[in-house]
Amino acid sequence: MEPLVIDAKGMHYTPLNKMIREAVASGVKEIVLNNVLGQRFIGNGLRGDAKITINGVPGGDLGMFMSGPECEIFGDAEHAPGNTMDSGALFIHGSAGDAVAHSMRGGKVFVKGNIGYRGGIHMKEYEDKRPILAVGGTSHAFLGEYMAGGLILIFGIGQESAVQDRGIGSGIHGGEIVIRGDVNEKLLGVGAKKVAFNEDDLKRLTPVIKEFCERFGIDPSSFLDTNYSRIIPASSRPFAGKYTWE
Amino acid sequence: MSLGSVPLKYKISIDREQCMKCMRCVDNCSYGVYRIENDKILIDSRKCTACHRCISMCPRDAIMLQEKPVDYRSHPLWTAEAREDVINQARTGKIILAGMGNARDYPIIFDRLVLDACQVTNPSIDPLREPMELRTYLGKKPAKLEFTKNDGDVELKTKLAPNLKLDTPIMIGHMSYGAISLNAQLSLAKAVAKTGTFMGTGEGGMHESIYPYQDHTIVQIASGRFGVDINYLERGAAIEIKVGQGAKPGIGGHLPGEKVCSDVSCTRMIPLGSDAISPAPHHDIYSIEDLAQLVRSLKEATEWKKPVFVKIAAVHNVAAIAAGVARSSADAVVIDGFRGGTGAAPKVFRDNVGIPIEAAIAAVDQKLNDQGIRNEVSLIASGGIRNSADIAKSIALGADAVYIGTASLIALGCRVCGNCYRGLCPWGIATQKPELVNRIDPELGSEHVANLINAWTLELSELMGAAGLNSIESLRGNRERLRGYMLDEGLLNVLKVESVGA
Repeated sequence: MEPLVIDAKGMHYTPLNKMIREAVASGVKEIVLNNVLGQRFIGNGLRGDAKITINGVPGGDLGMFMSGPECEIFGDAEHAPGNTMDSGALFIHGSAGDAVAHSMRGGKVFVKGNIGYRGGIHMKEYEDKRPILAVGGTSHAFLGEYMAGGLILIFGIGQESAVQDRGIGSGIHGGEIVIRGDVNEKLLGVGAKKVAFNEDDLKRLTPVIKEFCERFGIDPSSFLDTNYSRIIPASSRPFAGKYTWE
Repeated sequence: MSLGSVPLKYKISIDREQCMKCMRCVDNCSYGVYRIENDKILIDSRKCTACHRCISMCPRDAIMLQEKPVDYRSHPLWTAEAREDVINQARTGKIILAGMGNARDYPIIFDRLVLDACQVTNPSIDPLREPMELRTYLGKKPAKLEFTKNDGDVELKTKLAPNLKLDTPIMIGHMSYGAISLNAQLSLAKAVAKTGTFMGTGEGGMHESIYPYQDHTIVQIASGRFGVDINYLERGAAIEIKVGQGAKPGIGGHLPGEKVCSDVSCTRMIPLGSDAISPAPHHDIYSIEDLAQLVRSLKEATEWKKPVFVKIAAVHNVAAIAAGVARSSADAVVIDGFRGGTGAAPKVFRDNVGIPIEAAIAAVDQKLNDQGIRNEVSLIASGGIRNSADIAKSIALGADAVYIGTASLIALGCRVCGNCYRGLCPWGIATQKPELVNRIDPELGSEHVANLINAWTLELSELMGAAGLNSIESLRGNRERLRGYMLDEGLLNVLKVESVGA
């Protein structure tokens, strides 16, 4: 089937999303959106297995509550792409704003460039649903804050050190944050601890590293070693010791 | 150095002449007050929470409970509570957790407001004879209606926003599965389905046993985003964003790992035994613009078919905040007053942060009216509503409908002992222990809750009839039908209510 091409120039997000929804409902498997400029909520709550190519810069909450589809974005993304996403994927060939993958429950968000503050905040996992946020560049403060599950992977390509901002994993009580190279302990938030990244971890993460590199045309060979830091929760109950009964 | 023990909170005694040793008290107490030794029932009063389970199950009325059986030297400032909190914190160095709503003796404004009735000059209405309209629609109302005329036929041209249709302005507020048991939630769900109203799911997803009643649920999305996916959003008749809660404004919530059993873990979609942490703010809402984005995101995801509510705690600037919420495309703003209940809250918040719902309703209604946007949002009031008079007064102050919480739990057995956070609720409400949860029969429980809603609905129509009103809409914001009794001038001005006699 030919991909459905939509010229989003000057369109409001509601009719745009309606067109996408109707196309997916009628069985369209591939959609190309051209001239996207700031339209929010693209793919919001969308189900199915469609592939959506976005040419331009989508607005906030891209793929929020999305369950299944795959979006490839040739441009930057705004605030909170992958917010509370259930499954599917966002491949962003650029950078993204704050709260990327906020509360993501499953699927993948790959960002070739950098992300803003609070990346992967409160990501969760349940049984086989384990979300992945992978970032080629760096992240600002509070990466993986309140993280309850899943994987955050930061490559730090082009950076002197992969993450240089503070509050990494503050309040983390599940999941793991893997950062290329060493991470200064001073940057860790309350409740986070740094452990060694070993050969088993590498074996486990190799498919993710390879998939990320392949997607963005990066040679994976220089990333397939154990030169990463692994940040995990100090406890699955960070607040258990804070309270007493009346 | 030992601080020793503090005196008993409650003393339990058994009238041994009356007691027939049926052992119901032993079986029913989940806190372990009673045990049997050498054919004698022994009592450990220190474990008692005054939940009244034993008392209510004793067939001989043989059990007596006395509160504060040991006197301290009386002192107006250094109350027993003040002293005991200091001792507790000197021992532990921790934040004190407490259950249920605000336990401080603040004046209750509801009890200083009186309702009106007709005499001579305009007749009262008998609800037995005349139809009383209590139907309430929640959601945006158009500022004006446009019609097209077609050969004498008239068609509505204005596109109406989705509204919730309630048979009575009484809804049940958000209490999550996790905070309360499945049988408790199921009882509430069956009750709202029977009475033509709605209940909140709380932040904890929706268990599949609630699916048959989903058309009567308002699904909540809070800062933890537990159990939230597109199916959940589509199930609810409306969606509510919880920004704040009256019992603990400004802070998040922690469901302790002990309460995260396999079913709760599955509904919330988090690992077994892990703490469920809802952060203080929504981390995708750092401004009023961000709130508008989340409201619209939820509407976009559900194709603009569902009303979206925003719940905030009643705090000092509640009116200005509500006016901001009203401009976010939200369809209703829920205001939760400082007496709102909770499973667990830091005591210092529960007892000291926020403002009473009565003042908040009046201030919000007035602000929205002044700005000409009252029709843009419905106003739902909650937090400490105890009876139909409180509801009538809330509506007269400007609310469209109310949420009840604690009252609906009392209808399931709760005696407001305030130990919800311990997970041992002997009434089967605030617990996940199967043997306790099974104490609630959802069929019978729902009957009791439905009875309560029906009784209050009847009383509301009687109160309205007496005031000469046959529609709830004529009561809404009708402060002329209220008078303040022994309220100070400042508060009367906020409430826009005259004094008695005026």
